[in-house]
Amino acid sequence: MRFMMIMIPNISSTDEQDWAPSPEAVAAMGKYNDELAKAGALLTLDGLAPPAKGARVAFAGGRASVTDGPFTEAKEIIGGYWMIEASSREEAVEWASRCPAADGDVIEVRQVYEMSDFPPEVQEAGKFSQEPPKPTAAR
Amino acid sequence: MPAAATETERAIEAVWRIEVARLIARLARMVGDVGLAEDLAQDALVIALEKWPRSGVPENPGAWLMATAKNRAIDQLRRRRRLERKQAEIAGELRTYEGTTETEIDAAEEGEEIEDDLLRLIFITCHPLLSTEARVALTLRLLGGLTTHEIARGFLVSEPTVAQRIVRAKRTLAEAQVPFELPDADELEQRLGSVLEVVYLIFNEGYAASAGENWMRPELCAEALRLGRILAGLAPREPEVHGLVALMEIRAVAVAMAFGPAAGLELVDALTHEPALRGYHPLPSVRGDLLARLGRYEEAHAELTRAAALTHNARERQLLSERAAACAWESAPRETG
Repeated sequence: MRFMMIMIPNISSTDEQDWAPSPEAVAAMGKYNDELAKAGALLTLDGLAPPAKGARVAFAGGRASVTDGPFTEAKEIIGGYWMIEASSREEAVEWASRCPAADGDVIEVRQVYEMSDFPPEVQEAGKFSQEPPKPTAAR
Repeated sequence: MPAAATETERAIEAVWRIEVARLIARLARMVGDVGLAEDLAQDALVIALEKWPRSGVPENPGAWLMATAKNRAIDQLRRRRRLERKQAEIAGELRTYEGTTETEIDAAEEGEEIEDDLLRLIFITCHPLLSTEARVALTLRLLGGLTTHEIARGFLVSEPTVAQRIVRAKRTLAEAQVPFELPDADELEQRLGSVLEVVYLIFNEGYAASAGENWMRPELCAEALRLGRILAGLAPREPEVHGLVALMEIRAVAVAMAFGPAAGLELVDALTHEPALRGYHPLPSVRGDLLARLGRYEEAHAELTRAAALTHNARERQLLSERAAACAWESAPRETG
């Protein structure tokens, strides 16, 4: 089973400087990511640039409207994510619990839908709709 | 674990799956015997299952298990030393053993990295001295933390059969006194081949029946992929390891997800230009599978026949030959009624 661990850091500031992690935090996180990789659990991970650099596209009445970041009204901002392979939800939660997160940070653990979780007509509709991911050997 | 496992039991199982390989690898280096290492790790698990439901899961469960197992190991080593000493005394040889065990353990603690231990463990569970079935069972047990029951379900054999394979494999390794070491440079290629064969067989077993009802079989694919990723991390300069991981991923993605065999074939074709993978049987085997899924039976037959000729595993050769024959039958021109 694949799971996404979504990091919601405890940062209320929209100031870009406040989003820059300390060398210590980066080192601790690097060690944690290494553990995930060495256990064969890690599929991919990314850290996201602060919302000031992003945008939100909202849909209403068949139209898309764009709001540039930062999103001052938003309570939860995603800071990054890991995609992991685990044999159970408990295993994914155990991995999340080991993260050297800061006080007040939250990691949301979500299972990834596989095509086989859907009924046949949905599977059929999903066929060839995306580019397959590149194999790791190409990296 | 039973279906009615409590929340704590499920949490312990999760910790176990994460820690088991490292635990056994480290212990095996301390005591020099994978069978004993597994017993020690299992002892620690039993103690955890007794204590944690009452005390709660400790802050660092991995370290807790390691410390508990290590204490058992120290007891074992001491007992063994005492026994040896008694024998030595009888023989009139007065040597001092006291105090050496702990130094030994401390030395095992530091210095070499746990990664080397893991790699050693993989090479041991996939040792050519063992039958393929024994290698597969021992690898899933010691590196994947799968129970005998789970392995039996995955391979559609009885639980006692799996248990016996594992017991015999451990005995064979102990009797041959296979050292807990990495293979020498001159035998590395052959030994690595033995490891990759095991990983590939585990994947194939799950893949062949991934559409079936058996919940354990997709698990085998996932476990093989996980082992492949670990190997790729431990032996990053071995192109065959990356090749195998890529092939398994392509197949898993092409079939279990929505991209279809055509997209998979495109990716596999890109790999055929890799010189290191020439003569590597999983490659024509996967190409053959994808071609057959696309209804290109004649080409599939050629690839599967080539794969059958390249593999060293008798059972796999038989399966590949059977599939090749089926493709030949499909591609043969015949009267339609």
